[in-house]
Amino acid sequence: MAILIIAEHDNAVLKAATLNTITAASQMGEECHLLVAGKSCRVVAEQGALVNGVSKVLLTDNEAYEYQLAENMSKLVTELAPNYSHVVSAATTTGKNFMPRVAALLDVAQISDIIKVESSNIFQRPIYAGNAIATVESLDAIKVITVRGTAFDAASASDVSAPIESLDIVNDAQISEFVSEEVAVSERPELTAAKVIISGGRGMGNGENFTLLESVADKLGAAVGASRAAVDAGFVPNDMQVGQTGKIVAPDLYIAVGISGAIQHLAGMKDSKIIVAINKDEDAPIFQVADYGLVADLFDVLPELTDKL
Amino acid sequence: MKILVTVKRVIDYNVKARVKADNSDVDLANTKMALNPFCEIAVEEAIRLKESGAATEVIVVSIGPKACQEQIRTSLALGADRGIQIETDSMPESLNVAKLLAKVVEAEQPGLIIMGKQAIDSDNNQTGQMLGALLDMPQGTFASKVALVGDKVHVTREVDGGLQTVALNMPAIVTTDLRLNEPRYASLPNIMKAKRKPLAVQTPADLGIELKNHTKLLKVEAPTERQAGIKVNSIEELIEKLQNEAKVI
Repeated sequence: MAILIIAEHDNAVLKAATLNTITAASQMGEECHLLVAGKSCRVVAEQGALVNGVSKVLLTDNEAYEYQLAENMSKLVTELAPNYSHVVSAATTTGKNFMPRVAALLDVAQISDIIKVESSNIFQRPIYAGNAIATVESLDAIKVITVRGTAFDAASASDVSAPIESLDIVNDAQISEFVSEEVAVSERPELTAAKVIISGGRGMGNGENFTLLESVADKLGAAVGASRAAVDAGFVPNDMQVGQTGKIVAPDLYIAVGISGAIQHLAGMKDSKIIVAINKDEDAPIFQVADYGLVADLFDVLPELTDKL
Repeated sequence: MKILVTVKRVIDYNVKARVKADNSDVDLANTKMALNPFCEIAVEEAIRLKESGAATEVIVVSIGPKACQEQIRTSLALGADRGIQIETDSMPESLNVAKLLAKVVEAEQPGLIIMGKQAIDSDNNQTGQMLGALLDMPQGTFASKVALVGDKVHVTREVDGGLQTVALNMPAIVTTDLRLNEPRYASLPNIMKAKRKPLAVQTPADLGIELKNHTKLLKVEAPTERQAGIKVNSIEELIEKLQNEAKVI
């Protein structure tokens, strides 16, 4: 049976996390169908049709799916699921929101945030803030799975466009509605997709000092992240948080500045290829995972780093 | 309005989990246990709603072996009114937890259910959403603000791009993010008082639920350890290493 992948998008652009999810799904079975549910989102379906590994795109275009509210999305996906062996989405806040509802409606388990596909029914996932890796076998007929994007490569583009099939299924539960949103605007690369990330912690002292990181980020084309301490102290908004409760990243280069390296922060970044730590406390736990450590005052070295890059 | 809060007993967040030598699971023998941090925030939010006059009673539920009564007592000391323990030998899978909770909800008829967004041991982030599906109730997951507006609850959610606010019909389910509030500490008199608050014990059989395994844990391994690298002495040396040795910039 085929695999159903639920596309993440903002009604205009297919989100990068979906490309990683398609790669993971392709390892579970042969045929992958991509569901694009939204409002005026045909353009997203067209983007999805051009991804390697997608053999068909299902498009549902209705107001009920505009903000991908969990109550409506879960009913739509549950209706389609019996034709599939696997239902898969990215473990983003959107996927995490509606997928467990799908699982419960189907009376099956959800396997969250997988990092490896061992076979069509055996998966690996991190537990205890990444301090242990569990290998889990699914005993259910339909497997509901969310995928950790950083653990899989992005699917490439294809020359051939897969067929797009329009579905006319409307599920408006009418028990919830969208009120408003506040989107953080940034010209830098998206945190979860960036090749280089520079993050600041409590050691940054205040929000203004994050401009020191931004100067370095501009030179490196990097995204700027933060530890929970920096977010809680109000230095930066929460969507910049890297860690167990924030975003999970795995860039080529992660530069941790003024971050001690608590378990919860390491959970979000320890799969980075190269980790650099800049901290004035030489006993900070971050140095135990850093490939290159510099014991120094960040206020001295950050301007120097910007100058020399 | 009654508020139902769910709490889970988990490894203390400061403790690094160790994998058993036979790779069967994580070793929790003699490990410090505590209230899951997200559940603590859920309890705090419920108590604040009661203090504001919006709620009349806060009921706290935990599922697991007898030891989880300790976490129920902690929640009672923080201000919850009464506790329910559903006794199981081990910690059931999320779907089973959701089914047990659904029965409690049907019996208690709360106007709001507040839960943590995830437990820091299993890191599943599922139970609240599953409960929502089973009860056909709306959900406000990853909440950083909860406001009662008329007959609805407005929940500001932490999403990948920033914040999103949704309006939910009540009864509704809210799962907490870390920034929802700062939990209080229990005072000694309140800890003493909590010992006398009612705590009912039920079993899955009492609730008419048969626990079913949907997954099988095959093995638990330690992740590949990262080795500490080297210390550099200057920014020049750092840039040189990153360019020539690691080749990442």
